[in-house]
Order: sequence, then C-alpha cells, then structure tokens
Amino acid sequence: MNADATFSTTDRDDDPYAGVRETTEGPVYTVTGQDWDDVVGAAAAGEERIVVNMGPQHPSTHGVLRLILELDGEIVREARVGLGYLHTGIEKNLEYRNWTQGVTFVTRMDYLAPFFNEAAYVFGVEKLLGISDDIPERANVIRVMMMELNRISSHLVAIATGGMEMGALTVMTVGFRERERTLDLFELITGLRMNSAYIRPGGVAQDLPPGAVESVREYLRWMWDHIGEIEAFCNENPIFKGRTQENGYLDLAGCMALGITGPILRATGLPWDLRKTQPYCGYETYEFDVPTRDTCDSYGRFRIRVDEIKESLKIIEQCLDRLEPGPVMVEDKKIAWPAQLAIGSDGMGNSLDHIRHIMGESMEALIHHFKLVTEGFRVPPGEVYVPVESPRGELGAHVVSEGGTRPYRVHFRDPSFNNLQAVAAMCEGGMVADVIVALASIDPVMGGCDR
Amino acid sequence: MTTRLADQLGRAEIQAVEQVEGFGADPWWIIALKCLGIFVLLLLMTLFVIVFERKVVARMQHRIGPNRVGPKGWLQSLADGVKLMLKEDIVPKAADRVVYILAPIISAVPAFLVFGLIPLGPEVSIFGETTRLQLTDTPVAVLLILAIASSGVYGLMLAGWSSGSPYPLLGGLRSSAQVISYELAMSLSFVAVFLFAGTMSTSGIVESQERIWYALILAPSFVVYMVSMVGETNRAPFDLPEAEGELVAGFGTEYSSIKYAMFFLAEYINMINVSALATTLFLGGWRAPWPLSAIGDGMFNEGWWPLLWFLAKVLVLLFVFIWLRGTLPRFRYDQFMKLGWKVLIPFSLAWIVLVGGLRLAMNEGVTRQQIFLVVGIALAVFMVISFISSWIGERVRDDEEESEDAAEKPFDPFAGGHPVPPLPGQQGSTPVAATVGPPAGSDHTDESDSSEEGTRA
Repeated sequence: MNADATFSTTDRDDDPYAGVRETTEGPVYTVTGQDWDDVVGAAAAGEERIVVNMGPQHPSTHGVLRLILELDGEIVREARVGLGYLHTGIEKNLEYRNWTQGVTFVTRMDYLAPFFNEAAYVFGVEKLLGISDDIPERANVIRVMMMELNRISSHLVAIATGGMEMGALTVMTVGFRERERTLDLFELITGLRMNSAYIRPGGVAQDLPPGAVESVREYLRWMWDHIGEIEAFCNENPIFKGRTQENGYLDLAGCMALGITGPILRATGLPWDLRKTQPYCGYETYEFDVPTRDTCDSYGRFRIRVDEIKESLKIIEQCLDRLEPGPVMVEDKKIAWPAQLAIGSDGMGNSLDHIRHIMGESMEALIHHFKLVTEGFRVPPGEVYVPVESPRGELGAHVVSEGGTRPYRVHFRDPSFNNLQAVAAMCEGGMVADVIVALASIDPVMGGCDR
Repeated sequence: MTTRLADQLGRAEIQAVEQVEGFGADPWWIIALKCLGIFVLLLLMTLFVIVFERKVVARMQHRIGPNRVGPKGWLQSLADGVKLMLKEDIVPKAADRVVYILAPIISAVPAFLVFGLIPLGPEVSIFGETTRLQLTDTPVAVLLILAIASSGVYGLMLAGWSSGSPYPLLGGLRSSAQVISYELAMSLSFVAVFLFAGTMSTSGIVESQERIWYALILAPSFVVYMVSMVGETNRAPFDLPEAEGELVAGFGTEYSSIKYAMFFLAEYINMINVSALATTLFLGGWRAPWPLSAIGDGMFNEGWWPLLWFLAKVLVLLFVFIWLRGTLPRFRYDQFMKLGWKVLIPFSLAWIVLVGGLRLAMNEGVTRQQIFLVVGIALAVFMVISFISSWIGERVRDDEEESEDAAEKPFDPFAGGHPVPPLPGQQGSTPVAATVGPPAGSDHTDESDSSEEGTRA
C-alpha cells in the first residue's frame, strides 16, 4: 500500500473542526482547536490585540496547562483554557487491571494529592464490596492521618508555587522545605515519597513502621513552630495583598454555576467541606473547623489554605491519640491482601513468615495467595459515586463493576478540571499578571485534570 | 539679596564653562590605565555580585547556594559565563536581525560608561603621577550619568521589539515605561542634593559631604532614590520587564548565548552603577564612615584607603538589592506605575519645595530657631487636622455600617443569577434543596443572563 496514496485522500471539508481521512486502519479524525482558529482570524482582521499562547510550556502554568490569552496591551480581553497535554489514559488503563492494581494507577492522577485519589477509589470499591463498615479502626485512623498529611503537603505546594510566580522566592523555599518534611514521613510510612499506592481496598498496604508515631509528633511540633513563617511573609505584606486582594474574583453564584469546590468555594463564605457535610472515614468524630472567608478573591483562598493546614495539624494530633494496636486490613481472606511486606537481605518483599506459611504449612493459603495476586477478588455488579474532600475540592470516584475482577469503568470527578472552568470568569478584564495569581489560587494539577 | 543671587548665578556660569578642578591634566597612559581599571573592576564586581547574590539569597532561604566551582563556589559565575559564551547562538526567524544583534550591545555599553564619572577616591599617586581616583568629571556629571543610564533602556526596548514574539514585546514595553517613570523620580531626588552641594559634579558633591552625609539630612530624597534605583534597574520587587512568572524572561526570552550574557552583564553593572551613585550622592562617596574618619587625623581618608570604603558602601547597597529580592513579591504593572507617578514624584516635588524654601530662608538670614518653630507649628496643625479628619471619617463609616446592617434584605437565592445556598447567618427562606429549580412565576432566566454578564464584565 502506497503511503502517499492514503494521505492524498485527505478530506477535511466535511467538518470544519474534525476533518476525516481514510487510512488502512479506517477513518482518522483530526480534531482542530476551533478557538485558536477563531482567535487567529480575529487577529488577522486587524484588531490591535495580541494573542499569547501561555503554555503548555510556561513557568507559571502549573505543568502543561495552555492558556490562550487575547491581550489588549496588558489587559486580558479573553482567556481560554487548553487541556489534555498530560493525558495519561489512567481511567482506561484501570479497566485492564484488577481492583487492587487500580490503586497504583489512580495514585498518579493528581500527583500532589495521591492519597486522596487512592482514598476516593478505594472507598468506591469498598462500597461496592459492601465492606465499608468492616474496615478496622486502625486502618481508618491511618487513612485519615495520611490524607491530612497529604492535604498539608498539597497546600504547601500551592502556596509555595503561587508565591514563586509572584516573585516571592522565599515563600517558595519555605513551603517546599516544609513539604519535604511531609514527604519524608510518607517515605517512612509507605516506602515512597509520592505515588505510594498505600491505601488499598480493605485497609492499608502496610502497618505503621516502628518510630512512625514519634516522627509524626516531631513533625507536628516543627510545623506548629514554622507555619507562622509563611504567614509572616504574606499575611500583611502590602505588595502581596495588592497582588492578591480583589484578584480572581468569583462569588458564590459563580462558584455554583461553574461547579467550583474547595478553597475557592470556601473563600465565598460557604462552609462546604465534605468532611463535615458528608463525612466519610470517621471524619465526623474528629474535631476541626472549616475555615471560610467572604472575600471571594485570591487572598482569601491563600488564607484559607494556611488555616486548613492548621486544622489538618489538629486532626493529625487526634489521629495519633487514637491509634490503637490492631489489624490494618479487613478480616475477609477473600479480599484482604495476603502478605505484609518485610525487608530481607535482598531488599523489600513478602515477609519470610508468610512465604514459609504458604509454601510449607497451608495449601489453602497458597491457593488464596495465588488467586488474589494473579486474578484478584471479584466485586459485585453495581455502580457507586464516592466523593472525598481533596485539597482542591470535591474529588469523586464513579466506580462501575460488572461483577468481574476488573472495573468495568472508573471515572473521576477531579476538582482541578472543574475549577479550571473558572479561569475565564476570574481573569478576563484583568492584567496578565493577574492571570498568573488567579491561576495559582485555583491551584490546578494537570495530572488530575487530564488523567 | 539681589547681588548675592547674581553672584551665585555668575559663579555657576563660570563653573559651567570651566573644567572641574583637578581633571583634564592627566597624561594619556594614566587615562588608559584608569579606563582599563574601571573595566576590569566592573567585570570582577559582576562576577562577584552574581555569586554573592546567590549565596546570600540561599542563606535567606535555608539553602546552601553554589558551592561546587572553585573555592567555596566563588567561581560559579565565571563558569556560567564561559558556558553561556560556548552555547549555540540562536537568532529567531521572525527577528529583525540587525536590531536584534545590536540591542544587547546598546544595553551593555552605557552600563560601562557610567562608572567613568564616579569618584572612587581622592588624589593618589600612580607611578609618580598624582591624579584623582576618577576617570573624569564635568560640572554636570550627574546629569550626564542620568543621560547615559537612560540610553541603556533602548537596548531592552529594541530587544523586545526586534525579537518578533509577544513576550519580549510586552517585556520591552514594560521596561521602557518603567525606566521613563522612575528616571523622573530619580532625577527629582537629586535636586535637593544639588541645592545643598551647589554643584552637579560628582567629586564636588563628595567634597561637600565632608561634615555630614546627605542621606542623613536629606533622608526623604535618599528614600526616594533607593526606591527608584531598584525600579530603574528592573530588580525585584520591580522586575516586571523580565517577570518570570508572567513573561517567561521578558525582553530576553528569545535571546541565547553571549547576547543573553550581555543583558545579564548590563543588569548587574547597572546595579553596581546605581549603588555607586547612591554612595556618591548620599553616603559620602569614598569618605570613611564616622568613627574611622576621626582616627589619626583623617588618615583613612587619604591615599588608597577610600577605595575600600567606597567598595564597602557599594556592597552594602548591593546587599539591600539582594535582601529585597529574598523578601518581597513582585508588583503588578499598574500598581508599580501608581507608586512612581502618584507617590514618588509628587512627594519629591513637595520635598524639593520645602528644601528650597528652607535654603532660601537660611540665605535670607532667618535663624534656625525660627525655622524650627515654624516647622513645628505646621507639623502640629497638620497632625491635629489629620487626627480630626480620621476621627470624623471613622464616625461616618460607623454610621454607614449601621445603616447597612439595618437595611439588610431577606436572603434571595437568585440574587446572583444562579441559585445559591444560604451562607451561615443568612436566613434561608426556603431549604437549600427546594431552591434548585426555578421558583414559580419568576422569569429568572433573563435576569440571570443579564447579571451573569454583569459579573463577568
């Protein structure tokens, strides 16, 4: 088959936005960005406007977000968002792996909040399995603790990168210094600094290692001592306030219309936090406040993030007080992952006790191990939607099962994606510098947005 | 009085045509030596300042900073410079070639020129020749410095324009607007110094600070200069032309290799220049600071010692630059312009009138006590007025707030054009769940459309 011949049959006139051409493998549709074409057309018409393609490679677009800005001098007349540059096919991949392996994928979506991705997915799977109430108390406490630690690290990155984009470099280093300490804890507890795949259907992958509780307490002491540094830099800094106050304004009606959640919504004064309004994982038993502001602007969102870090510290303290010895996986041997990991002379792997048990003592245990590890457990047919409050807002997992060992479909409502809808409402009419600050206040993570 | 004024005018005229005393008599090789010395000094200072900045900022940010190249990392900027020179030099297709290549040269050359007019020390002896530690001086040296410094901005502007892409264009626009507005504030801050020194020659201004630094008696001018010197050199928190967060690298986005290095060089030399100018005009130039100047009959104010004091003062000012960078976020373009035009310039003008009035009063023979009395009364009256006005303002605001509280309307979930739940403290007339659908009999679709437009506009 002549390659030239196939390409010469190109016929783009059928649809202005999705031309089709025939190839050996069938028709190929090329979807073009109509926005960009319109914009170029308008620019060619002789208007005094510059079209700036901010991103996908730009220091301040939080990864690979592409903003198409129409500028009139320094004023932004139109702002559009281009997505999809970090599409990883995670949701699709989930359909080809068993339920436990899915955790390893979802943890990589919103890479600043891996434990929330895992939690939303795992809560969905557990709900389908009907074991939500059977999760041991210790596992739930550990989950809450990890999620709150993760909330802190995510908010720290949001504040740090936001500061850096405004030119406040020391805010950046302070934020990242604190985040490093949080990641050190993750490394200690889960073995990995990011993408831990720690929260598993039925519990958590591994119990806390010795010394973890002391390390977390030490961390809490450090954080209470040092969280004030960021506040001292920003709270009353006239330049910082000048940049953030009345920037990226979005009121309650705007948030409701666009489906905005998280700190942006709470900056309008509505105390909407799923941990309080639709509690999960035992959050109703913890004492904490939902910080709100009524400024509807970037400054309010910044202050809310700092206040939420403090609330998370309080929750972690309560978690440590509640940790009682006990199992971290459900009792049900048909679901619970059979082995705990241990460090041997050749690195980390299944514990020797477990290997001795399945290889020498119990044929049944061997069969269980083999079935669970190779095929995985079956999940009854049905579909559930489980939301959790991630640092960016409502992170929901819509999990559908046919009754097999793999998901039929998993879809995530990622707050980054929904919140990015607000870019135009927040930025149009402002200046270029305002776009950056407003975007930082949205705190999108493209990994979660594009999945 | 008239005769005295005429006298002064006459003296100024004579000065204008004459050379400044002690200059213009050097043999050619001394001049060449001085030129070379200044060039080498500036290059070395630049290399030093870059590493110094990185190390100081690192300390402020709980980091270590460069520590690999050379002893304790002090050769890092040299290695970076070599790397930049060896990199591929790219000229974008859309660029205007000639201007694009010329722009970095235009911005770097004036940066080197300024230092020729800065007095680095008093008379010294070089190979038996007695000469001043300054390349040259003119009766209008400070104006000349301003002129040279402002021509450097053409480089940035042309770089932004010739690159043929949007970010550099915006950066170039910003830098030209910035330098023009801050040049004004900067020159106004000099006027008070001229009034006191009675000369515009840099060496003359240093001479006249023998008793007291102008930074102390003309503190407001010094503050205005400090702010505008940061604005003039495009440094944080005024680094809008190269705001990394917004414009990637501003006017320098399309530049690479040695051309980029020249912009870099120009920026750092400009920092050194404005610091040197601040030292000369406000901090007593090369004169030793107070306790040192009293030692041994002023022995530290003679020979080569003053070069050390001069460099030390410049270094302190450079540290201020770095300190600012480590502390403050960046201004937004309009806020920055507002600061220049609405705060610094009017303030400078008022201050100049005040200084000029005081000078005139002193010349007229008004005693110091009388001046203090008048100023004290004026200050007292001003404070009383401001206190009363703020008190009245507070009362008015309180009243307004009270009336607002009284007029609080019942909660309307559709007020913003889209149904919203009641906020805490608001009385929800209907439960949240019931407000999701449109209320019967209301044409909220039209209303929502119009108000949506309103909020977005």
